[in-house]
Amino acid sequence: MSEKLAENIGSREIAPKVNEFKRFRRVFLSRGLVVFGMVVILIFIIIAIFAPVLSPYDPYLPDLKDRLSQPSPKHLLGTDSVGRDTLSRIIHGTRTSLMIGLIVVGVAAVIGMTLGMVAGYLGGWLHTIIMRSVDVLMTFPMILLALVIAAMLGEGIRNVIIALTVGLMPVYTRLMCGQVLALKENEYILAERAIGASNLRIMIRHLIPNALPTLIVVMTMMLGTTVLAEAGLSFLGIGIEPPTPAWGSMVNDGREYLLTHPILSFAPGLAIMLLVFAFNMVGDGLRDALDPRLRGLL
Amino acid sequence: MLSFIIRRIMLAVIILILATLLVFFAMRFLPGDPILMLVTANQQQEFNEEYLLELKHQHGLDKPILVQYFNWVGDIFRGDFGISILTERPVSDEIFRRLPISIHVAGLAFVIGHLIGIPAGVICAIRRGKWLDTVITTLANIGITVPNFWLGVILMYIFGLYLKWLPIMGYTSPFEDFWMSTKQLIMPVICLLIFPLAGVTRQARSSMLDVLHQDYIRTAWSKGLRERVIVIKHALKNGLIPIVTLAGMAVATIIGGGVIIETVFNIPGLGRLAVSSVISQDYPYVQAISLFVAVAVIFANLIVDVAYGWIDPRIRYG
Repeated sequence: MSEKLAENIGSREIAPKVNEFKRFRRVFLSRGLVVFGMVVILIFIIIAIFAPVLSPYDPYLPDLKDRLSQPSPKHLLGTDSVGRDTLSRIIHGTRTSLMIGLIVVGVAAVIGMTLGMVAGYLGGWLHTIIMRSVDVLMTFPMILLALVIAAMLGEGIRNVIIALTVGLMPVYTRLMCGQVLALKENEYILAERAIGASNLRIMIRHLIPNALPTLIVVMTMMLGTTVLAEAGLSFLGIGIEPPTPAWGSMVNDGREYLLTHPILSFAPGLAIMLLVFAFNMVGDGLRDALDPRLRGLL
Repeated sequence: MLSFIIRRIMLAVIILILATLLVFFAMRFLPGDPILMLVTANQQQEFNEEYLLELKHQHGLDKPILVQYFNWVGDIFRGDFGISILTERPVSDEIFRRLPISIHVAGLAFVIGHLIGIPAGVICAIRRGKWLDTVITTLANIGITVPNFWLGVILMYIFGLYLKWLPIMGYTSPFEDFWMSTKQLIMPVICLLIFPLAGVTRQARSSMLDVLHQDYIRTAWSKGLRERVIVIKHALKNGLIPIVTLAGMAVATIIGGGVIIETVFNIPGLGRLAVSSVISQDYPYVQAISLFVAVAVIFANLIVDVAYGWIDPRIRYG
């Protein structure tokens, strides 16, 4: 009798087993806007991959006979000042924006987090040098930093990527450093060290997996920021060379014909907004599902 | 508190010194020889070695780079930011003529953004889940998404070209014609404040929601305090730290936005000068503007740090 009772109490104290993935899926998909964001991102990715198939015209091909035409069944969003199809240029611009966004966020994350990890874990003079450099870089607004770097390096997509990466990196470094500083106080890190684990092993096996949820959330949010910054640069006419379709420069080109052809500026801007909105919503959803403590901080 | 403030000021000075180093050396490694650009700009001049050397000497570009740096810093303390390579006029004249314009536009955006954003976020938190919360939160989510230059173009189309209510671009000093100045500023200020406004609203909402669930708020309710006292004195003061952090970051955001928005609305401030001088590689201007931006952002961070210490005494001894 008493044994059974003890068994019952014992079994009641074991927490019900929760399938982490199911919990993640339930929280993540519980908000309509998050699902909407996922769908929008998927559509944009498909558009970017199949751009040549999906666009009705060559985005580079001028048609001087058909310049500045209003939206019509032939050109759904009209044509620009040299007769290029606006819809086709927006479709190809998806490639530019997504490619730059993904590369910049990825590269900045890898370099920035490595630096942050080194600064946070090893500490000492490395911490001082890395974090003071981060402080200095962060005194310049990202767009100004990218503007100066892009001007230093000259035109081209590669240089825009470098400029935006340098602008974004400090954010990751500071975040990762903070994460690692908090994580390394945990007792399991001490235990690892007691059994003779190397620093590299502790970093790869423990610090990275524990910091990862936060970093995934931040990376998603930064995709939106990067797309906005890239659009801002190309709006100012810096970086991407003119014939390459880019949403920001399309908004700028359309300004000249704003009174008669507002669609030339409106449509690409709407595309930027939709993509950034989708990234932000998915970022919000990931935050709630992966790391609710970040609520309010990001 | 005093030793806390002094420590913070020293850190700010160190970062400022590092920033001057970065600005100076980044500009020196710019590709494109500014001297050659100057020569091509003045076609009438004879293009020969001697003349180039003399020009380099005039601009102090033939000295060792460290000497150049210390000369540059020394000159700055005397209010001399060098001479523009293209216009050959003192950089400081142009900078100090444009600085008040940028401060006017950016300052309005900062103040109005926070005056609306903080109460909006607080109202959302108090009325969580009600229609007002839904509307404001949705607007805020759109606000952190919209590209400011595109918003500028759209406002220009609707209110400038279509309805013809507002002038589409330009800047007039408020001391000259206050009404005209205000009308010209409405659109650029909206474009600049939209991102910080949306951000601070979201932040104020979520940090208020956090605080409103705390035990001491329940205690305050059960003591029978009025809602206004609870919200402002007990909740807002404790939820203020993340809001202040974001306000500090908004300074950099608004300055960055100014670079684009001043270009869109043709406002003769420092932002537009930054873009045009980056393009023309007139590096004394870029140097001076970057330096002003660094000082503004570092100063904002210093204020934020001191505010932390004031809001939360624990931080002073951290």
